[in-house]
Amino acid sequence: MLKLAEYFVDAKGLQCPGPITQLFKQMKEAQSGDIVTIEVTDPAFKRDVESWCKKTKNELLSLEESNGVIRAKIKKA
Amino acid sequence: MREDKKTIIVFSNDMDKVMAAFVIATGAAAMGDEVTMFFTFWGLNVLRDAKKKASGKSFLERMFGVMMPKGVEKLPLSKMNFLGIGPRLMKYMMRKKNVMMLPEMIKQAQELGIKMVACSMSMDVMGIKKDELIDGVEIGGVATYLGEASEAGVNLFI
Repeated sequence: MLKLAEYFVDAKGLQCPGPITQLFKQMKEAQSGDIVTIEVTDPAFKRDVESWCKKTKNELLSLEESNGVIRAKIKKA
Repeated sequence: MREDKKTIIVFSNDMDKVMAAFVIATGAAAMGDEVTMFFTFWGLNVLRDAKKKASGKSFLERMFGVMMPKGVEKLPLSKMNFLGIGPRLMKYMMRKKNVMMLPEMIKQAQELGIKMVACSMSMDVMGIKKDELIDGVEIGGVATYLGEASEAGVNLFI
């Protein structure tokens, strides 16, 4: 039975391109089907993570913002 | 043509332009792309290691070396340079706003597998020797660049 893992990346306070490089590094470690949650304060990340997922073909499960923190949940393809 | 390939020519040694080049390069690498950066003419100064010294330089080559910024910490700004006060202010702002500094960005670029190629012809013209460049840099010519560029989906000249 495949055991799926969940990862959390705290990229708060980082500026572009910090958040996506952090996400990329974590995703590289993850296995297919694993879920990575990342928290970012850079306002550009909302659009960036959509483009990133589209380009890398990973699935964006959710994207929300509260109190200036953008939280994205991504499933590795 | 491969859409997952990008090339960037770094011609300038202006700190602001070099920053833009590295942000795009590391961003592209983080999108899963294969990135090659070509450093030519003034751009070669980005790759000069401040701690390294090269021997066997002629008088003119040494003069060139003294007049050009030696390494990434010494780069001027394209605007508002004000004899070096501008870059210092910019670095202060970058630190305050938690923007990654250039030396760190270069390190990250190498970690992400970005290929950095120094142009042999401009090295020769400007008297820059391989021994004074940072580790991990390859030497190449126009065919190397064109070979990579014709395969890449995006090619930038900065």
